[in-house]
Amino acid sequence: MSAVMIARKVRKWEKLPGKNSFCCDGRVMMARQKGVFYLTVFLIVGTCSLFFAFECPYLATHLSPAIPVFAIVLFLFVMAMLLRTSFSDPGVLPRALPEEATFIEMEIEAANGNVPAGQRPPPRIRNVQINGQIVKLKYCHTCKIFRPPRASHCSICDNCVDRFDHHCPWVGNCVGKRNYRYFYLFTLSLSLLTIYIFTFAIVHVVMRSVDSGFVKTLQDTPGTVLEVLVCFFTLWSVVGLTGFHSYLISLNQTTNEDIKGSWSGKNRLQNPYSHKNIVKNCCEVLCGPAYPSVLDRRGLTQDDLPVPASTAAQSNPVPQTTKTTAPLIPNEHTPDDAKSSIADSAISHAEKGSPSPKKEKPPTPAKVPPLASPETDVEASIIIAKEKAL
Amino acid sequence: MATEFHNLQELRQSPSLATKVFIQRDYSEGTVCRFQIKFPSELGSRIERTLFEDTVKTLNTYYAEAEKVGGQSYMEGCLACATAYFIFFCMETRYEKVLKKISGYIQEQNEKIYAPRGLLLTDPVERGMRVIEVSVFEDRGSSGSSPSSNVSSGISQR
Repeated sequence: MSAVMIARKVRKWEKLPGKNSFCCDGRVMMARQKGVFYLTVFLIVGTCSLFFAFECPYLATHLSPAIPVFAIVLFLFVMAMLLRTSFSDPGVLPRALPEEATFIEMEIEAANGNVPAGQRPPPRIRNVQINGQIVKLKYCHTCKIFRPPRASHCSICDNCVDRFDHHCPWVGNCVGKRNYRYFYLFTLSLSLLTIYIFTFAIVHVVMRSVDSGFVKTLQDTPGTVLEVLVCFFTLWSVVGLTGFHSYLISLNQTTNEDIKGSWSGKNRLQNPYSHKNIVKNCCEVLCGPAYPSVLDRRGLTQDDLPVPASTAAQSNPVPQTTKTTAPLIPNEHTPDDAKSSIADSAISHAEKGSPSPKKEKPPTPAKVPPLASPETDVEASIIIAKEKAL
Repeated sequence: MATEFHNLQELRQSPSLATKVFIQRDYSEGTVCRFQIKFPSELGSRIERTLFEDTVKTLNTYYAEAEKVGGQSYMEGCLACATAYFIFFCMETRYEKVLKKISGYIQEQNEKIYAPRGLLLTDPVERGMRVIEVSVFEDRGSSGSSPSSNVSSGISQR
């Protein structure tokens, strides 16, 4: 008698805790509420479409064809930056696995000593000295880790994010270490685009009014009114935001730190991360290394390993949104032969030479995993497990 | 029947794993990735202090190389910006290249130094760059007293 097991590929993004939503089989990572993001896209695409439809033909012929060309380039850059900000991992810190969480708990208890019954234990804080300044690291009860400096827990996405800046509903994602520069370039290029469209819409109206009169101009190109309105209101907010973030970058601060007043100077606390030099700060934030994601979204979970393990274990070479270098977690169950053999040798050496009876095999899952949720990659691979007796 | 699978699952749980030790990050120089070169007491009898510290120091050097803000990172940043970061779809970033080197280094260290001593290093990138996890396997030769700790298939327990 043989038991037929159905196992399908389950990628790690499907098992990630937190309130993110994923698309394209884990390549895209956003917050759950995306409504405002769609509005942003609609406003940008809509306004630019009106510009290309109404202003550009006239300006190309009467002024210069470079005007629409530059507008297209700027528009494409804005959209690229927006999508990169929205779709990438902001720098989410994975939650502690049970052993690590237990280890940290033991350290905390050792540090606190005996708390008399009835008294609240002291708050879980770890003090570290950074560039001569004492910084308090807080314990995150959700993620079960002491948050690294500058990390913060986003309650909307339910993740700890490294160098957390803020959660931006306009881009539908958190802004953190990995996508801050894209966010900044988005606001900067959007400011330029808004100013550009606003200016040339006005220029177009003026030039056309000289020929045909103001009222007839507005009748001929009704889109212009809408553009000017949208741009006028956008200008104040986006240009202001760009200015604010330029200020933060020059001081190497995050929005989160600015709001909390972490380095406002009270208690003689100064920003230990600042290089005290505007150029150096800007270079670090904008020209620093591109940090890869530590969330292995597209890796396979170890519960469901398909029989042809080698192809599935390779992740795609898409550096920005996936972690290309991540092997599977090297517990005792990786399909990677090298790692399992190392683990075997570690075990066998520990057991002093006796041949290890616990040879690693591709695990046969004893439980049938849940099938058919709409977003998941359902690829049924059938594993037939034969019992030894029969 | 069911008992067969039950045993296979128990096998997966590898009762010879004694404990795990976690080397924490060293934040004294800021948020750059750096691990403490503090030799944990649990490893005292299993490995020489100098070997372990050398491993951690080498890892720290690799991470410093990856995170260096200098000429190469500027070039990479400017080129990427000029192409609206589309170049990242085609090209590996310097950080990713260094992470690959680190992965190879850890594997080599495991093969040569740690596995013969019943230890196993986990690449920090799999723990969110927060810790270096060192798995300590039970030394059956001496009187192993510690019961197996809870299991590494905790991945499914999130």
